[in-house]
Amino acid sequence: MQTGIVFDIKRYAIHDGPGIRTTVFLKGCPMRCQWCHNPEGISDRPEIIFRANRCRQCEACIEACDPGAIRRRGSGRVIDRERCTLCGKCTQVCPSEALEWIGNEMSLDDIMAVVESDVIFYDESGGGVTLSGGEPLNQLAFTAALLKRCRAKGIHTALDTSGFCKPDELESLIDLVDLFLYDIKLLDDRLHVQYTGVSNRSVLENLGMLSSNGSVIHLRIPVIPGVNTHIDHVNALAEFIRSFDSIEEVDLLPYHSLGVSKMERLNAGEKELGKFDEPADEIIRMRESMERRGFRVRIGG
Amino acid sequence: MNARVEMLRRQSIEAVPMISPERALLMTAYYRDDADANASSPVRRASAFSYVMERKAICINDGELIVGERGPAPKCVPTYPELTTHSLEDLKILDSRKKISFKVSEETRRAYRDIIIPYWSGRTMREKILANMSEAWRNAFAAGIFTEFMEQRAPGHTVLDDKIYSRGLLDFKSEIDSAIHALDFLEDPEAYDKREELTAMAIAADALILFARRHSELARAMAEKEKNAEKKKTLMRISEICRHVPARPPRDFWEALQAYWFVHLGVITELNPWDAFNPGKLDQHLYPFYRAGLEQGILTRDQAKELLQAFWIKFNNQPAPPKVGVTAEESATYTDFAQINLGGVKPDGSDGVNEVSYILLEVIDEMRLVQPNPSVQISKKTPDHFLEQALRVVRNGFGQPAVFNADAVVEELVRQGKTILDARCGGTSGCVETGAFGKENYNLTGYFNLTKVLELTLHDGFDPGTQKQLGIKTGDPVRFDSFPQLFEAFRKQLRHFIDIKVKGNQIIERLYARDMPVPFLSLLIDDCIGKGKDYHDGGARYNTSYIQGVGLGTITDAMSAIKFHVFDKKTVGMAELLGALERNFEGAEQLQDILKHKTPKYGNDDAAADALMQAVFEAYFAAVDGRKNTKGGHYRINLLPTTVHVYFGSVIGATPDGRAAGEPLSEGVSPVQGADRNGPTAVFKSVAKIDHVRTGGTLLNMKFSPRILEGDDGLKKFAHLVRSYFKLDGHHVQFNVVDANTLREAQKQPDRYRDLIVRVAGYSDYFIDLGRDLQDEIIRRTEHTTWSGSGAET
Repeated sequence: MQTGIVFDIKRYAIHDGPGIRTTVFLKGCPMRCQWCHNPEGISDRPEIIFRANRCRQCEACIEACDPGAIRRRGSGRVIDRERCTLCGKCTQVCPSEALEWIGNEMSLDDIMAVVESDVIFYDESGGGVTLSGGEPLNQLAFTAALLKRCRAKGIHTALDTSGFCKPDELESLIDLVDLFLYDIKLLDDRLHVQYTGVSNRSVLENLGMLSSNGSVIHLRIPVIPGVNTHIDHVNALAEFIRSFDSIEEVDLLPYHSLGVSKMERLNAGEKELGKFDEPADEIIRMRESMERRGFRVRIGG
Repeated sequence: MNARVEMLRRQSIEAVPMISPERALLMTAYYRDDADANASSPVRRASAFSYVMERKAICINDGELIVGERGPAPKCVPTYPELTTHSLEDLKILDSRKKISFKVSEETRRAYRDIIIPYWSGRTMREKILANMSEAWRNAFAAGIFTEFMEQRAPGHTVLDDKIYSRGLLDFKSEIDSAIHALDFLEDPEAYDKREELTAMAIAADALILFARRHSELARAMAEKEKNAEKKKTLMRISEICRHVPARPPRDFWEALQAYWFVHLGVITELNPWDAFNPGKLDQHLYPFYRAGLEQGILTRDQAKELLQAFWIKFNNQPAPPKVGVTAEESATYTDFAQINLGGVKPDGSDGVNEVSYILLEVIDEMRLVQPNPSVQISKKTPDHFLEQALRVVRNGFGQPAVFNADAVVEELVRQGKTILDARCGGTSGCVETGAFGKENYNLTGYFNLTKVLELTLHDGFDPGTQKQLGIKTGDPVRFDSFPQLFEAFRKQLRHFIDIKVKGNQIIERLYARDMPVPFLSLLIDDCIGKGKDYHDGGARYNTSYIQGVGLGTITDAMSAIKFHVFDKKTVGMAELLGALERNFEGAEQLQDILKHKTPKYGNDDAAADALMQAVFEAYFAAVDGRKNTKGGHYRINLLPTTVHVYFGSVIGATPDGRAAGEPLSEGVSPVQGADRNGPTAVFKSVAKIDHVRTGGTLLNMKFSPRILEGDDGLKKFAHLVRSYFKLDGHHVQFNVVDANTLREAQKQPDRYRDLIVRVAGYSDYFIDLGRDLQDEIIRRTEHTTWSGSGAET
């Protein structure tokens, strides 16, 4: 049976495409964006997170951990990720849900059972399913199979992708996707490598490929002050995307720092995300620039 | 709002509720000195009503367009000593309690001490009721297994239809005359009783006409002295209106509102019926007057709105009659639940929304008063635009209007045996109760504490609270070896206590029928005139007695915890669990956490938990629905709490869902506060697994953070959510759009949040007027929020 690693399924997702949707978050991402807001989606393996605010210091986790990977730190707990064998016992015994398993192996049937629970809401609102991540193409075969299952049930499909993949991989999904939520971060390749760890060449090329294919695209731009908000960059980006006819809408996603606290839960500060301000006027300037060029702009997706 | 409305609104908000002894003194004087001892019970009641309407102080306040008060002035609240006579101690409590207080002057206290108490002591309905209840009933009542609605207020729970807009009370009187003439004393053994009742109705109709005439005369006298030409003109017009209605049918929009208001005052002065009384489908009743007024050029949209606003304020001037004891705890609010219905369907089944519906939405938004308690009735034919406009008002965050499924309401009424035409003329009143307007007596008789019955089941019928064996012996749960055994024991206890409650109800219904007829209310409700029978005696076309189940979420989660942890997973033994409950989880905090966090819970679209909810629902339905009451009707269930979930929680120890002793229960059909974690669609899916159509109303509360509803897109998705819930046959949903931080701030600095209105359960109230327990309970409700990422925010 085909399975995928899923780190969350969110019902009443109202920022991931039209109508009321269910978003399936698939684990694993090739990018390392400094502003990542779903850092628990980066690794393609399951992980255990620790929420200090929920911990009651009861020691059940320490007793349950066979390799002794959990130790006290102050009033909290720290997991030695090297020692941890990901057996998951600690998450089962923790009475207050301070330790949580992230990344369940799920079958298509498991996921469809959740997805189909809200069909009545999709029907009423013109909603459907969004596959997100991480990067859903990281689990390409599973993503394709899941999209097919949704199609078979007449459920509208959206794919939230970074576009960082081989063109034929993306091309193989075109007929299964009603709407692409396609991320563009930076035009300058050197900066792109600096902030995301990878080149943007395939991202830009794949966008062209989708557009020439006539796929419906909502372009998603994270608005990160100091990174991609300079007016020259904004105008250049607006000019660049003007040539792609099938972009139906531009969504500006204001940076927020919630990813930072999620990152802390993941590795207790061993790896850190960048620190940025939340945007204010930058959003307005960006919107004006896009609207001037005839785009429909939505803030917050 | 214009300057006049602003002034009237401010006066209403600033008026301090106080007890007026006037009605009590007049009733005492009538019964002590004036009453014809040989007259029949209904005639005496009608004459007493007439005595009050003829003598009570009346007022026309500066700037008013709609006139008449129940008391001598706004928020001066009369009392009903024939039902319950407040003791001096009661008056002290009413005067001094922190929340929902009523000022009691020294003069009032003396009137009670010297005149009212000495006469009524031993003669009140409350005393008669309590004396007639069995020991089992009194013990169960004291333990908090159920409450009793009729011990301080009278059966009301009814709403007016369109009859007063085409006929005046003089027309009603000729109908009464014909009914009296048609009586057949040779063949009809009840002919005498009918004649007395009908005679009483005619006396009551005259009393209200006289009351209106007194206002007409007062307005004229004031006009004569008035120097300001504009004010003089208004007073002359008021005088003319009050001479015309309610004796004759209203001729225009203004007269229609005034006619209703006099009728309203008649009903709530005759007795203090639960849920005030209200005009029901006000937009549909008024629309013909509105359209005619515009066509004739005698009314503008702005004038209509001003009149409606003036009308709104009159409701706010009438706080619910003061209650004490358990009755005060189950309904701790000034709100008297006059639920005005907007939209819905017309008698022919077509969409009922009209321009007056939209004006009323504006009135609701601008008035921001806790009374009346408006709702929108949404059918599949209701335009999206109307729903969205209504939700725009909801989004402003003061809990009004509540949102109802008009199609489900019709279906519920038809299932209960109403004709389709009567069902379409119906709607909802009080909090969420379904009724055939103008034709039904649909009485709420008391709240029923489902979770308490589970606690007794877990103790073999013994109540740990009162330390008495109240239930039957259904076995020591430690010896049960399967969950079905436990459920069967619960079912038996449930039936046992419903039997006790119903036996009490049957007696109380007869006491009201015999001693406390309401001829004025009766003449308004079909078919009391035709049958010659009082509203309390089966005169209405339909007669329904409700018992309102409370704590569905808590009992479901408690059952789920027992099934899952004791029987399925064997995480914990029954004896250990019961021990932990007895110690209120002291030393068993880890177990409490497991029960709280690692149990399938209702409200998450979880098949296992929701199946238990359905089992509890079916058991409750089977125990109540279809039993016969004494008025030719039947018992039905509905699921709503007002504020009783706080009181009911206070009489229950720790429960297996991890709830600590004394904490409030879940309210209505909502999930336990904070137990629903899969977002609003999952809540709606779970709640829709209740068979709403077999109830007479269910109450669902939801709390949204303001930003989830932002923008046109957020609003549309909000509307889609509501429509989807209604497609699933959900009955009702109401919203708080406020974040928990704001509420916490309001607890800390109440003075800065005096105008913060929140939805409680079936009504809105000032947050700072709520008891601390209730404030905390609202804060604990799950706040649905969203952001564009995975996981929860905290």
